[in-house]
Amino acid sequence: MELYVPILVLAVLAAGFAVFSVTIAPFTGPKRWNRAKLDAYECGIDPTPQPVGGGRFPLKYMITAMLFIVFDIEIIFLYPWAVAFDQLGVFGLVEMVLFIVTVLVAYAYVWRRKGLDWD
Amino acid sequence: MSPTLLAAAAPDGPSLADFGKDPLWISIIKALFIFVFLMLGVLFGVWTERKVISRMQHRYGPNRAGKFGLLQSVADGLKFGLKEDLTPNTVDRVLYTLAPIILVVPAFLAFSIVPFGPSVWLFGHQTPLQLTDLPVAVLFVLAMASIGVYGIVLAGWSSRSPYAILGGLRSSAQVVSYEIAMGLSFVGVFLFSGTLSTSEIVASQAHGGTVGLFGLDIPLPSWHVVLLLPSFLIYTITMLGETNRVPFDLPEGEGELVGGFMTEYSSSLKFALIMLAEYVNVFTVSALSITLFLGGWRAPWPISLWDGANVGWWPMLWFFIKMVLVFMFFIWVRASLPRIRYDQLMAFGWKVLIPLNLGWILLVATMRVLQVESNRVALVYTLAAIVLVGCIAVWFRFDTVLQRRREDREAQVEAEFAQLRDAPDAGGFPVPPLDLPHYHGAERKEVPSGSN
Repeated sequence: MELYVPILVLAVLAAGFAVFSVTIAPFTGPKRWNRAKLDAYECGIDPTPQPVGGGRFPLKYMITAMLFIVFDIEIIFLYPWAVAFDQLGVFGLVEMVLFIVTVLVAYAYVWRRKGLDWD
Repeated sequence: MSPTLLAAAAPDGPSLADFGKDPLWISIIKALFIFVFLMLGVLFGVWTERKVISRMQHRYGPNRAGKFGLLQSVADGLKFGLKEDLTPNTVDRVLYTLAPIILVVPAFLAFSIVPFGPSVWLFGHQTPLQLTDLPVAVLFVLAMASIGVYGIVLAGWSSRSPYAILGGLRSSAQVVSYEIAMGLSFVGVFLFSGTLSTSEIVASQAHGGTVGLFGLDIPLPSWHVVLLLPSFLIYTITMLGETNRVPFDLPEGEGELVGGFMTEYSSSLKFALIMLAEYVNVFTVSALSITLFLGGWRAPWPISLWDGANVGWWPMLWFFIKMVLVFMFFIWVRASLPRIRYDQLMAFGWKVLIPLNLGWILLVATMRVLQVESNRVALVYTLAAIVLVGCIAVWFRFDTVLQRRREDREAQVEAEFAQLRDAPDAGGFPVPPLDLPHYHGAERKEVPSGSN
């Protein structure tokens, strides 16, 4: 656990600096009220009303996030395999080929269903 | 003999066992050093980037504040502090304030496992020139990068303005897509070094073979970049994508999204924090590329002939020189390449980098098995052949399917176009109907989605 203590020290430093900057920001600058300034910026036209609690967004991004999770988990499996590769030998290689082929089936499916296309 | 076995025989610099022994005050000194290093690095990095880019574009760049404009970034930083800290009426105040902090803190933390050099004597303590090392150090960097994505998403989402939310979504989708390719390009390094700890990865790059040429023993470079060149090239591409730099700087594509996810942040200290996080991320990926592929703090070949090159404080100098060179590469790319289109960016990440990476990993693993156990050569060759044939088969199948589909689509478009060209009510050309409803903005009336 003592390996993580220095990271904690750096975290305290960085967080202290960030919180300090955000806190003093309203006090160091001037304050001049202007209605237009407080609107959301849309290049000068009236801002589009945004629904409370966040609007809708293209489903495409959600699919990308799900795919990310699938492949990220694949990476998590690849790392210990790579580290212990010399001990596993041919067995490890065969296992990993099978695993990657399994993931590639899903990958090919997504590709064919145009899950990777953007228009 | 494999590099790992050699590394075990003679320790080349600190290993994981040397960490966790520092008293707290040494940890504080090291953490302060990293903090100051990154802050100064960002200040002068921004200056260097602006100066070098302007020279590449035949102009002077900043030359007013200080000698050669060296104090330009300091002046910019002060100016950020003296600007009004606006919080637009529309934003979600808590997350809007929190987002820059969520961006900055992981960016700094990711640097804590970067090895600057071997063990040195510091105020009577022998300690490695590295804040700390973990058995899962590289994974820790990836984890911190993933937390940084939260900052981007929350900054865009909490702004509640179209530019910001689109920029935030684009940026996060891009970062997670390139993170996969980045994670995969590390696997080759772990195959060869057999560890995730950064100090031991550097140690595993200590010894290469030698080649006899004209009676001289010329040492082969032992850096992973030589053996794993494809991994390194893919990593180089992904590190540009991961940090939202040119040519992958779509989140801030100012021509289309103004400022991307940071549009609603006025030029105050919050915006300064976001910029700081971006540059710190650039330094982190540079340091990571040096640690994993370019030999870490080890001296390059002609210098490494000198016995004192890899001991004491000298390695820190080699590390800094490599950092500067990698950063120069970032600047060079920025001056040279145009921004690519978003669909090209995603297609490149998902359809090219990931399959390429997986194929390369299997190839490297097969080579490694050949190296480690040479008695089962036949089996391994068969395996490699199967994989290769499988890849080619999948590729051909896709290619033909896509080809057929493209031809169908083109024929369809052609038919539609011919039909419209002959239609008199469409003016001989496809135009949208004039009574298409759209948002006028006269009164702030909410338009139901799908109607505009």
